[in-house]
Amino acid sequence: MTPTLQLFLIVSTALFSIGLLAALSRRHAIFILIGIELMLAAANLNFIAFWRFGPQPQPPTGVLVAIFSIAIAAAEAAVGLALVIAIYRHYRTTNVDQLDQLKG
Amino acid sequence: MNTPAFILIAVITLAGALAAATLRKLIHAALSLVIAFVGVAASFFMLGAEFVGLVQVFVYVGAVAVLIVFTILLTRREVTGEPGINWGGAIVALAVFSGLLWAILKTSSLAIPAPQIEPLTVKQVGEALMTNYVWPLQCVGLVLTAALIGALLLVMEEKR
Repeated sequence: MTPTLQLFLIVSTALFSIGLLAALSRRHAIFILIGIELMLAAANLNFIAFWRFGPQPQPPTGVLVAIFSIAIAAAEAAVGLALVIAIYRHYRTTNVDQLDQLKG
Repeated sequence: MNTPAFILIAVITLAGALAAATLRKLIHAALSLVIAFVGVAASFFMLGAEFVGLVQVFVYVGAVAVLIVFTILLTRREVTGEPGINWGGAIVALAVFSGLLWAILKTSSLAIPAPQIEPLTVKQVGEALMTNYVWPLQCVGLVLTAALIGALLLVMEEKR
């Protein structure tokens, strides 16, 4: 018996839910970014799984979407972590519950 | 694709992700995140997308994880353990998981074995990127440049 598409989808669903858990339930800004990265990885896993189990198009669209998504995720991580550092410099905290004013 | 390897990779990935989401210490969570990313890359290898697996290792394990560790080191000051887990978030995540799981198990057309395919070479990916996808590629380059300049501007010391 070989793994079916269903099993890969279940794994990526679990990965997405764990990322959602991290993004919703933690108060530290870096944990929220970690959760977002996990959710993006789960989406990439879905793209690759559907590409592998579907009809093979030429060019391989699923693979290309995953590559672009990884590039965008890298840009998102860089900007997000820079924002965390800037906020920390200003407020001396990274707890998102304490960041409750718009005034600079 | 064989089942024991799949189960091993899935367990390692999900354990790493769960540790990254729930560990109290931030640096431990960042290192568990590396395990989860390596697991995802291993699944890509198993699915026959070797190039994406390599990119995943280079970008996530090589760059994003190091970036997260550096940010943790630069912002480490408060050592107050954060209060216990927020149960609202856990309930929402569990609800999303059960909803998606129900949908996946209900759809019988998803229970298919993998078809035989000829392996995808890096040459094919490169040709597609340089012909059909050349404009998206340029746009991604522009986005990355803008993001890096923006990140630098954000962390520059404010002039007083």
